[in-house]
Order: sequence, then structure tokens, then C-alpha cells
Amino acid sequence: MLKDITLGQYYQADSVVHKLDPRVKLVGTIAYIVTLFMFRNLTIYLIALAFLVFTIRLSKVPVSFIVRGLKAIVILLIITALFNLFLTPGEPIVSFWRFSLTYEGIAAAFYLAIRLIFLIIGSSLMTLTTTPNQLTDGLESLMKPLNKIKVPVHEISMMMSIALRFIPILMEETDKIMKAQMARCADFESGNIIKKVKALIPLLVPLFVSSFRRANDLAMAMEARCYQGGEGRTKMKPLKYQKTDYLAYLFLLVYLIVAIVLGKFFPLHILQV
Amino acid sequence: MKVYIRHFLQKKGWKLIDMSMIKTKKLTFEYIHRDEEGNVEGITKAVDGVDLDIKEGDFIAILGHNGSGKSTLAKHMNAILSPSEGTIYVAGMDTRDEKNIWDIRKNAGMVFQNPDNQIIGQVVEEDVGFGPENMGVPTKEIWQRVEESLKAVGMYAYRKHSPNKLSGGQKQRVSIAGVLAMHPKCIVLDEPTAMLDPQGRKEVIRAVRALNEVENITVILITHYMEEVVYADKVFVMDKGQIRMEGTPKEIFSQVDELQKLRLTVPQVTLLAEECRKAGMPFSKGILTTKEFMEELQCLLS
Amino acid sequence: MPIILNHVNCIYEEGTTMEVAALKDVNLVLQDEQFIGLIGHTGSGKSTLVQHLNGLIKPTGGEIYFNGEDIHDDDFDRKKLRSQVGLVFQYPEHQLFEVDVFSDVCFGPKNLGLPKKEVELRAYEALKMVGLEDEFFYQSPFDLSGGQKRRVAIAGVIAMKPQVLILDEPTAGLDPKGREEILNMIRDLHEKMKCTIILVSHSMDDVADYAERIIVMNHGEVFLDGTPKEVFSHKQELEEIGLAVPTVTDIMHQVKELGYPVDESVTTLSDATDALVNLYHNVKKYY
Repeated sequence: MLKDITLGQYYQADSVVHKLDPRVKLVGTIAYIVTLFMFRNLTIYLIALAFLVFTIRLSKVPVSFIVRGLKAIVILLIITALFNLFLTPGEPIVSFWRFSLTYEGIAAAFYLAIRLIFLIIGSSLMTLTTTPNQLTDGLESLMKPLNKIKVPVHEISMMMSIALRFIPILMEETDKIMKAQMARCADFESGNIIKKVKALIPLLVPLFVSSFRRANDLAMAMEARCYQGGEGRTKMKPLKYQKTDYLAYLFLLVYLIVAIVLGKFFPLHILQV
Repeated sequence: MKVYIRHFLQKKGWKLIDMSMIKTKKLTFEYIHRDEEGNVEGITKAVDGVDLDIKEGDFIAILGHNGSGKSTLAKHMNAILSPSEGTIYVAGMDTRDEKNIWDIRKNAGMVFQNPDNQIIGQVVEEDVGFGPENMGVPTKEIWQRVEESLKAVGMYAYRKHSPNKLSGGQKQRVSIAGVLAMHPKCIVLDEPTAMLDPQGRKEVIRAVRALNEVENITVILITHYMEEVVYADKVFVMDKGQIRMEGTPKEIFSQVDELQKLRLTVPQVTLLAEECRKAGMPFSKGILTTKEFMEELQCLLS
Repeated sequence: MPIILNHVNCIYEEGTTMEVAALKDVNLVLQDEQFIGLIGHTGSGKSTLVQHLNGLIKPTGGEIYFNGEDIHDDDFDRKKLRSQVGLVFQYPEHQLFEVDVFSDVCFGPKNLGLPKKEVELRAYEALKMVGLEDEFFYQSPFDLSGGQKRRVAIAGVIAMKPQVLILDEPTAGLDPKGREEILNMIRDLHEKMKCTIILVSHSMDDVADYAERIIVMNHGEVFLDGTPKEVFSHKQELEEIGLAVPTVTDIMHQVKELGYPVDESVTTLSDATDALVNLYHNVKKYY
């Protein structure tokens, strides 16, 4: 299950999209998400689809790889779609017991599913083509104006990158402690929910203890290497816009305008709802 | 540069007044134990009246069993801890003075025990660049420093790798490069090999020796592996927060019984020579390497 | 009741491009009451191998028999297996979690569903066995020194009264005296409990004095298997895979190469001393 989540993974490839400045990709993703939720008609989704297909092609990430990321949300998708299908008030087509399938329900479920799927595909495309490092750098740079209202932007991004570095280490550690307790005949599987939660104590206590120790060590190591917050720091890899980045911004602008104009003035609807 | 000039002059036979890299006077550090209400329960002296004088360019080893106070002492050299009593001067600066702290840390870099808990970057080269970034070094120079440092520890080929995929020895070499990129005069290594396998230990010690011999950086190596201190210029042995023995490796290892009293042992070769000597073979005291042992043995047998 | 490994294979991520063979066709018979040293580099497969012995990892090929039964048969009681084949992981002190030392040691036997009295008796015996003084029994395990924590963690496994006790790098990170104390304690355990001991290490010096059989792993395969003398006679092969013979054995080999008639298969300090002193006296007498 955990392996299927492609959101947050990085796919190594040599493509224009990979080389784009992370800020462009972040802004692009936000613009794309905005268009998804702006209108509720078919036109906008056709345009978004065209945009997706185009960028996926450019990114050289295999479609199968991206689709795999959807597996993780299939259940969520089905449940919310079902709720929408049967619980949306409107003109009933068929009804049984307390539930009724309505035209409005079908439309709501359809749009919801499309939005969710497009949202996931779009944002995983961003994370697949951007290393976590670039991502945090990009976020830090984009959020810089927030510094003025006392948001600790540098600290937040530093925390994010440290978290990303330590996630694999802590996963490995969890596995090790779990095995060590299983070697002492601990049972993590059977029993009711209370028993299962209780069984986690021998796993969680050592994990917390070791995380605190690691945090302490790391803080000391960072101080020893002259870390004193964001002030006066230079960057080894400063973000700098290239020509392609400006082109990408231009392309995004065109996409936004087209989406707004067409979505507003030429709406297509399913089932005429 | 200064160091090179000194070295050059020394080779020419000039007598120079040795510069102190680290100098401590009656250095004491106390841990205060408190109970749940915050009342003082007891005081442990982790470091107890230590006098040290470490010269620029030296390779110093500090030996001691776990809990002998050697790590606490090391943390003073980087101003992570401040003495309860006494003084410590690093490159002539008093560590108790707040405004000296960052200069001290630039001058005296530190490598810790756990290879996983001191790498900050998600890519090797970014981790090495972390120190210079903090010091405000211009971007172009950071890249130069990173390249030089990674080459010095033989990890340049791995610069684009994720630290998670490296072996323990490789991780420690990356950490050493990270300190090296800050261009320190002195590197303090606090049990850098304690969590490594023999292969990793060899890699790290080789890198450390190169720093001292090629780059002429003062090295302070803290360890309990006897084999690693054989190449040091001077060895200090600690116990209960105090310096109990000091001298060249040869002088230290010729005192087998004293070392054992301090919960330490000598290398196997030294022990073998010692046992043979007790049984009537006239080996000299403090044999450190297999090579030395074989040479003496050949003399004895001919 | 030996453990038998029959053509055991273990392949991680099978069928993908990241396929790694951690174990390749391992065949071993681990006899009762043997003191076995398992040696190899990091990544040689030794840790993977020991996790097969108590069923924590299932082999991708081959079978493992304990007391003549396949441990991956559907009706085999693997919980019981884990109590009989005790495994102490590397840095075992990282798994301590209870409020005091005594309760922590009770965790294993309690999981076996034993009556309270029996659990406490076993915990007490185990703590005595690892040489922890009574005054520490009701302290928090987190307040102990590194060496004491490790003893407590080992006691936590011993308290299940295993017939086979596997220790993965039990001396890692300890100082010389601490290493010696733990190794001596393990030897005592072997004598008192009459159990099989498998000591995993990457240091030849650690196992040379204690083990009666040494298994050397390399790249997931059994590279050498025999008594210390037999294994260390393959000095060259060992050096080729980056493992050194014990220092004293190395010296004896060099003496032999110089043309002196000595037994180069010596592995312990006292034997080497005797051999060298004898040689010295003989040479002196001759002249």
C-alpha cells in the first residue's frame, strides 16, 4: 500500500519539465488547481486534460507510473463518489429504500471524481519531476514575502528538508525495533483494537526515545557547523530563472486565459445539469 | 598558508615558537542532577581540572573508556559546552565569550560518532556545502570548497548520491569533508569510528591521517580503539574526567598494566610482545605494529 | 535439536530491476550446544541469515528445519520458535521501553503466556545471569550506562530460555574492557545454559578466543566453515575478501614464511606466546 503512493516520490529523467525552476512548477501547479475548481463544466476539464497530456509528454514520466499513484486513493474516490451519487437531492431516476439516484447526483459524482483524479495526477507530476530539495528551496523562495509578517519561512523549509532526510532513516528504524520486539514474542497482529494499540507501546517508546536522541545529535552537529538560522546565509544552489522558465510562465499565462475564457463563455455540460 | 610557511621554515631548521591551537587551564565541567522538583540531587564532574596544550599541526589522540569524560572534553573545544570552572582557549579565543563562538566553530570543526545523525543534506555535495553556506561564503567559492573537500576524503565520485545509500565509513568521510569545507585549523573527531565495521574504520582513519599530513590540520582524535592511535604524535589517556597518562604512543603502550587498570587494552601485537618479554624473550617495550614486531623477532632469532 | 538450512535463498525485490540476492544457496547444519562465530562484512548477508533462523524473514527458496520440522509449515508455531531461538539485535538497548529494568525483562516471558510467578522468576534468573546487580532492578533502563543497558537487553531474550541464542554484534560501540566483559559473559552463558550460541561479528579477534566453529559469509554465500584453526589457515582467501586473520595468527604465518618450524594455525595469544618462546629457546640452544 505505502509503495503505491507516488505523491512525493521523485522520478529521475532528463526532460524540460525536470529542468524547470521549482518555483515555476509550484506556481504552475497552483494555477492548474485553480482552473480545476473555477468552473463546473466539461470545457474546463477538456482544457485541463490537454494541459496534462502535454506536460506529461514533455516530462518523459511514464503514464503507468503516474496512474499507479491513483491506486492509493481509489477507495476514497469510490466512497465519496457513492455518497454524491445517492445523497445529492434532485430529480430521482431510480430509488430504493431511502436512497435515490438523481441526475444531479450523477453530475456531482462525475465532477468530483474528475477533479480528484486531475488534482492527484497534476500534483504528483510536480513532485515526480522535482527533487524534495528543489521543492523546499522553491517554497522558501516563493514564501519569502511572508517573512515580513513574521512567518519563519527559512525555518519552515529547513524543517521540511530535515524531515525528508530522516523519513527513510526512521522507517528503517521502525522496522528494526518491530523485528527486535517480535524476537521477544511481541504480537502486533492479533487481538482487538485496544490490544493492538497497547501492543504498539514497545514499538513507540523506543522510537520516540531514539528520535529525540537523533534530534539532539543533529542540533549539535548543525551548531558545530555554524548554523545560526537563515540570516547571513549564502546558497550553494541559488535559484535563478532561465529562458525556458520565462517561456513556461508565458505558457502558463496563455493556459490560464484560455481556460477562463473558454470555461466562462463556452461551457459544455453533461446531462444538461 | 601560515602553516605551510611554518612547515617550510621548520624543515630549514628554524626554531619557531609553537603556536597553541587549544590550551586549557584547570578545565572543569559539572553535570548537575536534579530531581523532579528541580532540587539538586548531586553533581558529577565529567571533566576535572584538565590542563592541555595542543600545538598547531599536531595529531593528538585522546583515549579513555566510555564515561571517562573524553567526549565532554571534546565538546568544549567547539564551544558546544562551556566550562564550569577553568578556561579553554581555542586558537587564542576564550570559549566563554559569546561573541567568539562562531569564530571558534569556524576554526575548530567537529565530527561526531553517529554517521546518520550529522548529515543534514539530502545529497552528498549539498551536505558538504552546508557549513560554508552558514558562514556566508559566496556561491562560487562554496562549489570550489566542496570539490576540494570531497576530493581530499576520496568521496568526489559520490557527490550526487543520497547519503542514505552510503556505507558507514563513507558517511563519516562525507562528514569530515563537511567540516573540511569550512577551512578549519583544527578538527575534533569524537569517536568517529565507534559505530563502523573494520573496513569503515580503516577508511576513516586513512582520511584523518591525510588531513594531518597533507593539509597540515591539527587533529584531535577521540577513540577507544587502540590501533587507531598508533600514528598520533601524542596520546592522552583519560579516566574520571582527569588526564591520567600522556606521552607518545610508544610510551603509553609500554605501560600495559596501567592501561588495563583504566579499562583499556593495548593492541594485540603489543600484548604478544609483552607476554613474550615476560617469558624471557628480550623484546623492547611498547611495540606498536606487526612490522616492528617481526623486525625485532628476526634480530632475536639470528 | 539442530537447525538445518537446506538450499536457502533470499532475494529482495524479486522480479524488479532492484533485485538483490541477500542469501545464495546456503546449506548449514547448526548442531546443539555449539559456540559458533558468524563472520562477514557489512552486507555479506550475515544479519539476513540470522533473521531467517527465527522466522523473522521467510526465505524466497529452500527450507529451514528446527527439531526436524519445517518452520514455514502452516501449522508450525512460530511464536514458540522465537522463544526457542532467541535473537539479540545489534544495539539491543534501543528496544528497551518499560518503566523499570525488571518489567522490561519480563516482557518476553509474559508474551509466552506463562504464569506471573514463572515470568518473574525467569526475569530474575536472566538478570542474575548477565551479571546485573540487584540495585539496578527497579531503575529506569534509560538511566543505566551503555554496557548495563546492553546486559538488560540481552537478559530480555535470555528470560525466554532459548535453546539457541543468537547475538548480532553484541560488542558494537563498547570500550575494550566492556567488550571483553560481554564476551566473557556470553561464554559463561554458554556453559551454564547449555545452549547453542551464534555470535555474529566482523571482528576475527572477537571470536577467535571463544568460538569452536567459525562460519564466514561473503556476498550472501557461505565462504568458509570449520574450526578456527581450519578457517584461519585460509589466510590468503580471507584477505582477498577483506577480512583479516587474528593478529597472532598473522604473525605466526609470517614467522613460518621466514622458514622457522612453527605451527601457523595458532589462534590465541597464550598459544602464540608459547610457540614463540619455544622457538626462541630452541634457536638459542642450537647456537
